[in-house]
Amino acid sequence: MLTKRLIICLDVRNRKVTKGVKFAGNVDLGDPVQMAAQYYRDGVDELVFYDIMASAENRPIDIGMVRDVAREVFIPFSVGGGIRNLEDMREVLLAGAEKVSVNSLAVRNPGIIRDGARAFGNQCVVLGMDARRSADPKYPSGYEVVIQGGRTPVGKDAVAWAIEAEKIGAGEICLNSIDADGTKVGYDLELTRKVSEAVGIPVIASGGAGTPQHLMDVLTVGKADAALVASMVHYGTYTVGAIKSEMAKAGLPVRI
Amino acid sequence: MIVIVDYNAGNLTSVQLALRAVGVEAVISRDPAVIADAERLIFPGVGAAGSAMEGLRDLGLTQAVIDFTQTGKPFLGICIGCQILLGSSEEDGGTACLGIFPGRVAAFTPAPGVKIPHMGWNAVRFTRDHAVLQGLPTGSHFYFVHGYYPQLDDPTSPLGVTDYAGVTFPAIYARGNVVACQFHAEKSGEAGLRLLKNFCAWDGT
Repeated sequence: MLTKRLIICLDVRNRKVTKGVKFAGNVDLGDPVQMAAQYYRDGVDELVFYDIMASAENRPIDIGMVRDVAREVFIPFSVGGGIRNLEDMREVLLAGAEKVSVNSLAVRNPGIIRDGARAFGNQCVVLGMDARRSADPKYPSGYEVVIQGGRTPVGKDAVAWAIEAEKIGAGEICLNSIDADGTKVGYDLELTRKVSEAVGIPVIASGGAGTPQHLMDVLTVGKADAALVASMVHYGTYTVGAIKSEMAKAGLPVRI
Repeated sequence: MIVIVDYNAGNLTSVQLALRAVGVEAVISRDPAVIADAERLIFPGVGAAGSAMEGLRDLGLTQAVIDFTQTGKPFLGICIGCQILLGSSEEDGGTACLGIFPGRVAAFTPAPGVKIPHMGWNAVRFTRDHAVLQGLPTGSHFYFVHGYYPQLDDPTSPLGVTDYAGVTFPAIYARGNVVACQFHAEKSGEAGLRLLKNFCAWDGT
């Protein structure tokens, strides 16, 4: 049986894993390659790296870091944040990443999804999407797409954008709830279920994880194929093994 | 020398790095002479059957790969590299493949709640002993990414099977010196590394 994936997200800034803390800016948590290697040994199913400054500073992703990760980690990992064009995608994949994630670039230029899928295969192209609740009737799903960490609305309905991205070649969607992100009170189950039911490609739920129960909820009620966590494990509150054994106890198929 | 075939089908770095992790140096090559001289050959790949066959043809490597499978030296096909060993694939509107294994590649049937591609970690139930499976328990999980699956004519070929989308398909199969796996051994953690290590120690019989 296909297992439900536990994915750890590492936000990287200047080659340090970092975590935004309200009112306190960012704190550095460690070296991305060492942290990735440790999570790999702990049995995580997949890793995601976001270069959180590359996009803002309009510079390429730290390819040296991608190469170093690929030498230590023999599970799939994706890289995003700062992909500017097809050449950037190629470089990231050739450095050993399994997938490339595009978010604001895909909003500005949806053709990058099609071009990436044609050049490297759909399975390499992940649509990263930030969404938040909206009462505006022009968003029939009740959720709108935003970029720049939720600061900028783009005028798209979240479910409609997911369907469009699948049609033009996205192989997977990493769906982040801006409302839930950082709250640790659980994923946005309604958002996740709406998007997951609307598309035929896998959906990774992101934003809001605080306990293993939250993962179970989003993987069952929310119909997600994978659940992404960050601070739950970065601060040592839970280990990969503890989360997975809770999932297994609850009857979810997991790779132990 | 262990050679990884480069035919514009991606994924070569990952295979090379995974081999290095188990202490094996491999070279990446698209030179038919280097391929013919290899002590063992790894035939990886991501993407679609049509473009993979086109890549082989454009680089003049089709015959070199077929010839190698007939030398008795160990050969490992991975993902698309495992699929195009069969006779044909339904992908890309029907693609004629290498015909090294009798059989064909069929599409998973979409159904409500079934995501295509089959992406993630799934269990492989071993159906037969083989040197490349040494030390791996049946039910080991490997990482899959594919929308099409192999159907073999020879019922003795599968070494292990996996369930997805209502079908049970061979996830790893072998005949003589040729082994092929649908999953990405190079991205399958310790189980995948063990399999690659076993392959590098196998004499092809």
